[in-house]
Amino acid sequence: MCGLCGAFGAPDHWSDGVRSGPAQAERRARASAANRVLGLYGLRLAAWADRYTLAGRTGRSAVVDHLGALWPAAERLAGRPCDPLDPAVIAALEAKA
Amino acid sequence: MTPVTLLTGFLGAGKTALLARLLRWPALRDTAVLINEFGEVGLDHLLVEPLQGEVALLRGGCVCCSIRGDLKAALIDLHDRRRRGLVPDFRRVVVETTGLADPGPAVATLVADPVLRHAFTVGAIVTVVDAVNGARTLDSHEEAVRQAACADRLILSKTDLAEPEATAALRSRLASLNPVAPVTDLTLDDEPEAALLTDDPAGSASTRRWLCAEVPAAAHGPVGAVMIESGPVDWTRFGLWLGMLLNRHGTRILRLKGLVAVEGVETPVVVQGVQHLVHPPLHLPAWPDGVSRTRLVLIGHDFDGDLLRRSYGAFTGARAVTGARAAVPEMRTVPERAAADR
Repeated sequence: MCGLCGAFGAPDHWSDGVRSGPAQAERRARASAANRVLGLYGLRLAAWADRYTLAGRTGRSAVVDHLGALWPAAERLAGRPCDPLDPAVIAALEAKA
Repeated sequence: MTPVTLLTGFLGAGKTALLARLLRWPALRDTAVLINEFGEVGLDHLLVEPLQGEVALLRGGCVCCSIRGDLKAALIDLHDRRRRGLVPDFRRVVVETTGLADPGPAVATLVADPVLRHAFTVGAIVTVVDAVNGARTLDSHEEAVRQAACADRLILSKTDLAEPEATAALRSRLASLNPVAPVTDLTLDDEPEAALLTDDPAGSASTRRWLCAEVPAAAHGPVGAVMIESGPVDWTRFGLWLGMLLNRHGTRILRLKGLVAVEGVETPVVVQGVQHLVHPPLHLPAWPDGVSRTRLVLIGHDFDGDLLRRSYGAFTGARAVTGARAAVPEMRTVPERAAADR
C-alpha cells in the first residue's frame, strides 16, 4: 500500500492523492502555499477543522471543503478572475521568489 | 476496481465493427459492454446492455461537468448484479459512445460520482477515426476534434479504402492534434489486438510510449500540444497551479498527461485529465524511461506555450524556470522538441 496516500481513503480532490504528512499539518501547509497566490487578490486561506475558510479584507468569507473548490470561491470573493496566465500575476510571483 | 474503456469515434467510423472483432478474443470474454444503440453490426457477446443517452448537469456545473445519468445507472446496475451473481463476472467494461458524444461527460461520471469511483476507474479512451471521411469530419465537427484530442489511442480505420496521400495527411493532422496517442491502422484484413481494450493508460508501458512520442513541428489548427519539463516539484504548489489553470481555462484544455517528479518522493506520480477533470493521481513503481523528471503534456485550444511554462515556473518554483526561453532548454513545446531532435 502506498504510504503517501493509501491511508486516507478516497480523496475528495485529486490533489489530495499525494500526501506527505498528517492531514491537519498538510492542510496548514496547503493554506500557507495558497496564501502566496491568494494575497495578490486580497484573500487569505486558513485551515479550519477538516476544511478551510477563505476570507477577504472586507470581512467576506467562505468555507472551502477542498482545494478543488478554492478557485471558484476565490473568484467570487475577489470579484474578478483568478488567472494563472495573467502576466501581472506571474510577474508578482516571480518577484516574490 | 474495474476499468471502464471508452470507445469513441464519429458516426460510421467503425466502432461497433471493431468491437465485434475484438470481443472474439478469449482474453476479452470477461468484458461487459454498454452501447448507445444497437446498429447493423450485431454483437454476439454475453453481456451487452443499452444506454439511453440521458445527460444530466451536475448542480452548479458547466457543460463539461455534465454527468451521464444513463451511464451512471447502467454501471451501478451492472455492479450490483455482479455482486449478487446475476450476471457473469466481468473484469472490464467497454462503453461505446454515440458518434456525437464528447468523452468529457463520460469521464466526469466516472471521476466525480461518489459511488462509481469506488468501483470503477477510467480506463483508456480509444478513438476510431475513419481514413476516408476523417479529415472532413474534423473540419466540420468540434466533437470529432475533442474525441481525437482526448484519446489514449487512435485507431485509423478504412486505410485500405482511402487515398494514401489523404491518409498520410490525416495521420499528420492527428499527430499534431494529439501527439501522445499512438495510431494503429485497422483494415478488414488486420486482426485487432486485445490490448487495444486492455491497456492501462496510466501504466508503465503506456506512459513510456507517450514519453517518447514523436510529433510534427507545426500544428494544423488551433488545437495543439504544449510540453512542460522540469525537475522535481512541490506537490502542493503544483496542485494549486494546475487547479487554478483548470478552473480558469478548463474549457480550453482537452487533455492532460503528466509524469510528475514530486519533491521528497522517489517514484513518479501519473497525473491524467480530460478537460478540467483530473483523475486520482497514481504512483508508478519506477520511472518508465529511467529518467527522473517532471513532464506534462497539455493539449488544448490556443495555448501560448511560453506563457504556460512561465506560469508553471512562477507558481511551482521548479528549478531553472526563469521565463527566459534561452535559460530553460529543458522546457520546450512538443513541436519545438521534435524539431530540435531532428
